[in-house]
Amino acid sequence: MKAIVAPLLLVALLLVLPHSAPWFHAWIPTLSHPLYTRTSFLALTLSHVWLVALATLVAVAIGLTLGVLATRPAGRSMLPTVRAVAVIGQTFPPVAVLAIAVPLLGFGAAPTLLALTLYGVLPVLGQTVAGLDNVLPAALHAADGMGYGRWRKLWDVELPLAAGPIMAGVRLSAIVGVGTATIGSAVGATTLGSPIVEGLVGNNTAYVVQGALLVGALALSIDGLLGSIERRIRRNRR
Amino acid sequence: MNPRALPVLVLAGLGFLAAMAFPFLYVTPNRLLSGEPYSPHVVALALSWAVLASLGVLGVRGSRVAVALLAWVLIAGLPLLASMDAHALLTTAAASARVPLGAGFWLMWLSASLLLLDRLRGVRTSARIVAWVGLLVVLVAMSMGGTFDALALAREFHAQRGPFIDALLTHLTLAATTLVLALIIGAPLGWWAWRARRTDGAVVGVLAFLQTVPSLALFALLIGPFAWLARAWPALGALGFGGTGAAPAVFALVLYALLPVVRYTVAGLGAVPPEAREAARGLGMSRLQVLSRVQLPLGWPVLLAGLRIVAVQTIGLAAVATLIGAGGLGRFVFLGIGQGANDMVMLGTLAIIALALAVDLLFQAILAFTERRP
Amino acid sequence: MIEFDHVQKRFGEHVVIDDLSLCVEDGEFFVLVGPSGSGKSTLLRTVNRLVHVDAGSVRIDGVDVAAQDVETLRRGIGYTIQSVGLFPHRTVGENIATVPRLLGWSKADIGARVEELLALLKLDEPGIADRYPDTLSGGQQQRVGVARALAARPRIVLMDEPFGALDPVTRESLQASLKAIQRDTATTILFVTHDMDEAFGLGHRVALMLDGKVAQVGTPLDLIRHPVNERVREFVGGARARLRELAVRRVRDSMRSGEVADGDAVDGGSSLQDALGAMLTQGRDRLPVHEGGQPAGAILLADLVATRE
Repeated sequence: MKAIVAPLLLVALLLVLPHSAPWFHAWIPTLSHPLYTRTSFLALTLSHVWLVALATLVAVAIGLTLGVLATRPAGRSMLPTVRAVAVIGQTFPPVAVLAIAVPLLGFGAAPTLLALTLYGVLPVLGQTVAGLDNVLPAALHAADGMGYGRWRKLWDVELPLAAGPIMAGVRLSAIVGVGTATIGSAVGATTLGSPIVEGLVGNNTAYVVQGALLVGALALSIDGLLGSIERRIRRNRR
Repeated sequence: MNPRALPVLVLAGLGFLAAMAFPFLYVTPNRLLSGEPYSPHVVALALSWAVLASLGVLGVRGSRVAVALLAWVLIAGLPLLASMDAHALLTTAAASARVPLGAGFWLMWLSASLLLLDRLRGVRTSARIVAWVGLLVVLVAMSMGGTFDALALAREFHAQRGPFIDALLTHLTLAATTLVLALIIGAPLGWWAWRARRTDGAVVGVLAFLQTVPSLALFALLIGPFAWLARAWPALGALGFGGTGAAPAVFALVLYALLPVVRYTVAGLGAVPPEAREAARGLGMSRLQVLSRVQLPLGWPVLLAGLRIVAVQTIGLAAVATLIGAGGLGRFVFLGIGQGANDMVMLGTLAIIALALAVDLLFQAILAFTERRP
Repeated sequence: MIEFDHVQKRFGEHVVIDDLSLCVEDGEFFVLVGPSGSGKSTLLRTVNRLVHVDAGSVRIDGVDVAAQDVETLRRGIGYTIQSVGLFPHRTVGENIATVPRLLGWSKADIGARVEELLALLKLDEPGIADRYPDTLSGGQQQRVGVARALAARPRIVLMDEPFGALDPVTRESLQASLKAIQRDTATTILFVTHDMDEAFGLGHRVALMLDGKVAQVGTPLDLIRHPVNERVREFVGGARARLRELAVRRVRDSMRSGEVADGDAVDGGSSLQDALGAMLTQGRDRLPVHEGGQPAGAILLADLVATRE
C-alpha cells in the first residue's frame, strides 16, 4: 500500500514539472532559464530507468550464476575468494568504478553502464552466496535422503529458500545503480542527473531542484516496488 | 586434481590472460594525450603464471608455500618491474612524456593479491600479519626511496603534491566529522528507539527513506536551504556555512550515516537477551550499570561493525560531495575527467580506494582488538 | 530384506562401523539402539547411500545398493530425521507430496494419497494441508515428516531418532501411531534410537550397537533375559531390565486361565506394567483378566515375579 505513494508522486511530478516555469520564476526571479528543457523530463526518466534496468538484469545474471557456482561442492574452494571479492569490491566507492571506466570507454552511457553492471554484481553475488549458504541444513539433508537430484534440489529447494536474501541483493543493486547513474551524467550519460549537474555548473538552483525531485521520486518508486516483491517472497521462507 | 587447486587455476588463469591480452604499460607524449601500449615482458610473465598454475595443480607438500611465495614476490615485484621499464623508457622520451600503468598490470596485481589472500587462508594469524605487513613495508620503503618515481602516478603526485594533500586532508576531515556527528546524534536516537521499541517508527522510516535518495540529489537539494541560512544569519557564513561547500555536504553525509548508526545501535543494545538483563537487574545493578557493564561490552562489537560500514560508505559518498564544492579527493577525479587527464583521475580514484580499504582494515583491527578482551 | 555384509566405515582415523554383518527381515520393525557414537546413525545411512561404505556391502533383496542409481534408490526408501527437515516454503500437503511428485504421480493420485496419510497420522485439523510448517507444533511437524516418508509407499523406511526432540506425551502418541501403521502396511522399518525403553517398546527385534559392532541382536526379551556379556547387561539396565520386561510382556501370557478374582479387570493384551499399575491403584494383589470383554482368568502379583521361559 505504501509502495504506491512514490510512483504516484513520480507520475505527478512528470505531469506537473514541465509546466512549472512560472513557479520557479517566482521563487528565483534572477534566473533566465527557470525550467530545464534540453531534454524532456520523461525522456530523462526513461533513459535513467533503462540504464538501471539493463545493468541490473545483467548484474543479476552474472551475480546469481557465480554465486550458485561458488556454493556447489565442486566450486567450494573458490568460495572464500568469491566472498573476498564481493566484500572488497563493495568497499570501492561507485564513483571510483565510474572513473576507471571513462578512460576505457570514453564519455557517455557506455562507462556508466559498465560501472553500473560491475558494481551491481557485487551485492547480488554477496547475497546469493549468503542466502544459499544459510539454507536450512535439515531441509537440505532431508531432500538428499528423499532422492532429489543435485540440480533439481537447487531449483526446488535451495533457490526458493534463498530467494529472500537474493532479492534483497537485487534491490540494493538497483538502488545503488540509480545513484550511480545519477552521477553518470557528470561523464556524459543522459539521466536525471543531467539537470542536477548542469544546474551545479551553471549555478541554476531550479535545474538542480527539478532533477533532484525527480530522481528522488524515481529511487523511492523502485525501492518500494522491489521492497514489496522482497516482502512477498520472504513471507513463507524461514 | 587436489581440491584446493581451483582458486589457483582460476586466478593464475586470470593473470595469464592479463599478461597476454592487456597492456602492461602505456607511453603517452604528455599527461593529456593518450599513448601507445607497451608490454615488454609478455613471455616472462605469462610463463610465471603458467608455473603458478602448475604448482597449484600439483598439490605437493611444498607447493602451497611456493605459490604463496611466488604471489608475494609478484605483488612486490610487479610495481618494481613497471618502474624499471618506465625509467628506461623515459630516458629516450620527451620531458613531458608519461608512463601510466595499464590494465594488464592492474589485473595481474589484483590476481596476485587474491592468490596470496587465498593461499594464506588457514595459516597462523601471526604469519599472515607478517606476510601482509612485510609487503606493505617493502612497498612503502620503495616508494619513499623514489623507486616508483618514473611512473605516471608518481609524476602526477609530485606535480600536484600540495593540492593532493589538501584534498586528502579535506576528505578525511569530512569523513571524520560525519562519523563523530552521526555517533553523537545517532547513538542516543538508537537508544531511544530501542527503549521505545519503535524500530519501525517514523524516525527510522524517514532515515530509511533518505538512504534511497541518490547522494548527488540530496547534496544538490541542500544547497538552497544552506545558502538561505547563510544569507539569513551571516555569522554562520563565517563558520563556512555557504551554499556550496563543506556544510551541506557534511549535513547530507550525516543524514546518510544516521540510519546505519541507529540500526546498529539498536542491534547492539539488543545483543544481550532480556533474560540476561533481568538477571543483572536481579543481582542489584542499576539501569546504568546494566548498560555499562553488560550491554556495552556485548553490544559494542555490533556497533563497531556498523561503524565500519558507515565509515567506508562515507568515504565513498564524500567523493561525490566534490560536485557541490566540498573538495576532497573526488575533486581530482572529476577535474581529471573534465580535463581528460587520466593520471589525475587514477591518482584520485586510487587514493579514494586505498583510503576506503585502509579505514576498513583499521576498523577490522579495532574489532579484533576489542573482541580479544573477554 | 536388508543385508549388511562385513560393512566397514571410518572417518579419518576413527573406525565408526567395524566389520558389521546383520540381516533385517521383510516386514520387521527393527531397532538399532546404542549410546551416541556407536555408529547406529551411520549404519542407517549406508542403506540409502548418504554414507558410502569403505568395505563390505549393503544389499536390499540381494541387490547391492551401490549398484543402483542413487536417486531411484532413495525415492524408493522413506527417510526421517530428528530435525524433520520440512521445506519451509511448501505447505504441509506439498511437503508430503514431495516424493510422489518426483516420481511423476498424477495429481489425482497425489491428492488422494495426501488425504490418506493425513488421516493415518492423525493430522485431522481441517485445512492443515494448506498450512506452512512453521505454524505447526513439534509433534505435528514430525507427523508430517513421517507422512512424507511414507507417501510413495516405500517398502523400507529409515528413521533416525525421529522422536528424540519431542515431549514424552507426544512421543508416546507417535510411537503408538507408528506401531499401528507398521503392523497394517507390513513396511520394513529400520529405526535408530538411544532410548532403551523406546527400542523395546517398538521393535520386533533389537540390535544393540557398541563401538561400531553389534553387541547382541534378538527380540527385546532375549536381550533382557539373556544378555551375552556384562556390557550388554549394563546397557539393558541390569536390575532395571526386569522392570523393562514388565512393559514388554503381555498379561495373557502370564495369567491363570479360568480363575476368578475381584476388582476392575485388566485386558489380556495389556502389558504386565499396566497390570501392576492397576493392582497398585486398586490396592489388590490379584485382578480379573478379560479378553474381548469376556472373563478369561486372573492375574496375581506372584505371576509378575515368576519368570516364564
